This record gives sequence, C-alpha cells and structure tokens, in this order.
Amino acid sequence: METLERILSQHPFFKELGVDYMQLVTGCASNVRFEQDQFVFREGAEANQFYLIREGRVALQLFSPERGHITIETLGEGDILGWSWLIPPYSWHFDAKALDLTRAIALDGKCLRRKCEDDHHLGYELLKRFSHIMGQRLESTRLQLLDLYGVRS
Amino acid sequence: MVPRPYIVKRIRKDTVDTFTLELGPKDGRSHFSSAPGQFNMIYIYGVGEVPISICGDPSNSTLVHTTRAVGSVTKAMSKLRRGDIVGIRGPFGTSWPVEQARTRDVVVVAGGIGLPPLRPALYHLLAHRDAYGKVVLLYGTRTPDDILFKEELENWRARFDLEVFVTVDRGTPGWRGNVGVVTTLITKAGFDPTNTIAMIVGPEVMMRFTALELMKRGVKAEAIYVSMERNMKCGIGLCGHCQFGPLFTCKDGPVFRYDQIKDLLVKWEI
Repeated sequence: METLERILSQHPFFKELGVDYMQLVTGCASNVRFEQDQFVFREGAEANQFYLIREGRVALQLFSPERGHITIETLGEGDILGWSWLIPPYSWHFDAKALDLTRAIALDGKCLRRKCEDDHHLGYELLKRFSHIMGQRLESTRLQLLDLYGVRS
Repeated sequence: MVPRPYIVKRIRKDTVDTFTLELGPKDGRSHFSSAPGQFNMIYIYGVGEVPISICGDPSNSTLVHTTRAVGSVTKAMSKLRRGDIVGIRGPFGTSWPVEQARTRDVVVVAGGIGLPPLRPALYHLLAHRDAYGKVVLLYGTRTPDDILFKEELENWRARFDLEVFVTVDRGTPGWRGNVGVVTTLITKAGFDPTNTIAMIVGPEVMMRFTALELMKRGVKAEAIYVSMERNMKCGIGLCGHCQFGPLFTCKDGPVFRYDQIKDLLVKWEI
C-alpha cells in the first residue's frame, strides 16, 4: 500500500525537499474525497488547506449574477490546488468544484504556516515551489487573455 | 502552375465561421495524391486564390479542405454550392515527419483552426498504428462551440490506442470539459519525451509556447515540428511573398523543424 509520505515525496512539487521536511509535510497531510459537483472550497471562506489532486478534475470558478458560474481553469491529476492559505488574508478568491469524483491529499495550511514561520528555510522552499506554480498559471492566464484563436480584426 | 478544375461535391458548416469543402476532379478521372501537411492553392474564379492545408485522409481520393471564412476569398468560398467549380494548384510544400516518427511516441498539438492541417497526419498515424509508440492529441480552442470535428474527436477518444485531450480558453455554461490553454495539457499526456516527435499547428504565439513547454518536459527542439502560414502566393518559391528570413514558407515549409526556425520566430522584422 502506498503511504502518504511516499506519494508526496514522489510528486514533482516536493522534489528534493529533504527527508525531515517531507516527514513534517506528511504530518500535515490527509486523504480527502469529493463527490461530483461537490465544492472543495467556496469564495470568501477561510483558506487553510491546499490540495494535491490524485484523481478527478476540479474547476476553479467565479460566480457572476449575469453569467452564472464561470469556469476559469480546470485542474486535474497531479495538479496543486490553492495557494490562498499562504498569503494574507488567507481566504479563497474563487470557488473550486469537483467536476468528477475527485480524490486528493489535503495539506493543512494553518499548520504549515506556523512551521514556515518557525523555520524560514522551509518557508523559502515552499514559497519557491508555489512561485513556480503561480508563474505557470500567470503565463497560462496571459495566453488565455490574448484570445489567440479569435478572428483578427 | 495552371489551376485544375475541381467540382464541389459537398460543403459542410463546422462552426459559426468554419466550413469544410469536399472536392473532386471535374473530369472525374485525375488522381490527386498528397503527403500529410501539404497545402493547395484554391482559386475562386473572379475573386482570388488562397493557400489552404489539405485536411482529408491522404488515402482517400476526395480532396478535403477545412478553413475559416475571414477574408474575401474564404468568404466567397464559404458561399459555394454543390456543383460549383474551383481551381486547384498543388499539392505544395513539405510534410509532417510521419516516417521519422516510426517507433517513437507522437504528440500532436493543435490550436484553433490548427487541427485541420494535422488531421491527415493523424489519419496516417492511425492507419499505421502499430508502427508508432504512444499517440497523443492535444487540442485547444477558444470556446466549446469552436471545437472542430466533434464526432470524429469522440470516436478517437473512444480508441484505446490514442490519447485525446481537449481544452477551451473560455468555458460556457454546461461545458464540463477542460478550461485552460493547450500548453497546460502537455503535463497531462503520457509520452516519453526522450523518444517523441511533436507536431504543432496554431497561431505562432501558441506554437512558441507549446514548443517551450515540450522542451521543458524534455523533448528536443530537433524533434518538434511546426507548420507556418506566411502569405503564400505562387506556392513554388518564385514570387517571394512568403519569404521567412532565408526560407520560403511555401517551398521550404509549411512544415519546419522547430530548431531551424525558432530564432526567426522572434525576429519582428521578418
């Protein structure tokens, strides 16, 4: 049977984090499951976790009274979901809804925040990893904004 | 250089601004053969001539072209009816490296109207499926309404020997598929980057970022091929309209190996 530590340490996000830190991260991890159409989190709620999606897909959405639920991005197997736990005011800026039955590993952000404050090296390691993801998502968003496939006017 | 008359056998509206023409030789006898990735110059009498990639099955004698109605010629083309006559010159240009790809994994990445030029390559790969490793199609469009060849994509998705991922830049109510740019699909696909040939068609920006993502994953620039579109006129490298640095897109392309043109792609002057 695969242990949480093994799964986490094999994920590219935690690559070369070090055994001690991996044990610490694993201590903050738990398996979670979301049914189809169940919300993983809602906009405005306290952000105290992030997720490593193991199976299924999650849609990041915004609700607009005029247009209903607008999906901005979908994430799937292997993706990291959520960084609002790391940045004040620690509240979600989007809704996240499971599109399929989704299995994930939830990491306790509150616990990790405390540990990052106590150990800045751990904080730096996690920030480096999240900065990389933020950079990728920003690049994707910029490409989406370019509307590349639209007819040139 | 003289256009051959072809008769419109069928015209199909694929999306709000995209359509497919099926053409056959007017004399009913001429045989047309092309390699995946090549294009034809299609002449609408009295209006003009445009380069359009061949998008049908290379083993089928019917000539198929899918394009978007954007300029005066393609708009006139979208109004053709069964039985109308068009002029055809071609096939022109280089083709997808389907022979070099034998025994290797193949990743096909299409953006928007970039899927039609890749379709003949997919037909070839599927017709000779045992000759290749994993075959992956990554397709990104603007919205769910812009997805081309929906029925065919569903059939391909049902195959066990082809991985198909589709994403849209903007979801619409009711869309439960992926939302995000096509480059985000590269990490989802299962292929061996050290033994992969990639074929990309889409807007130049999309092709550049797709190539970058593939290289981040470990695919070498020499194993990445892109299809360019640059104002082709004569189709045989004489007129110079499609000059791309030291290259002519119509004759040296439209399919180029990425490492041979990547520096040219970021030169604004050309």
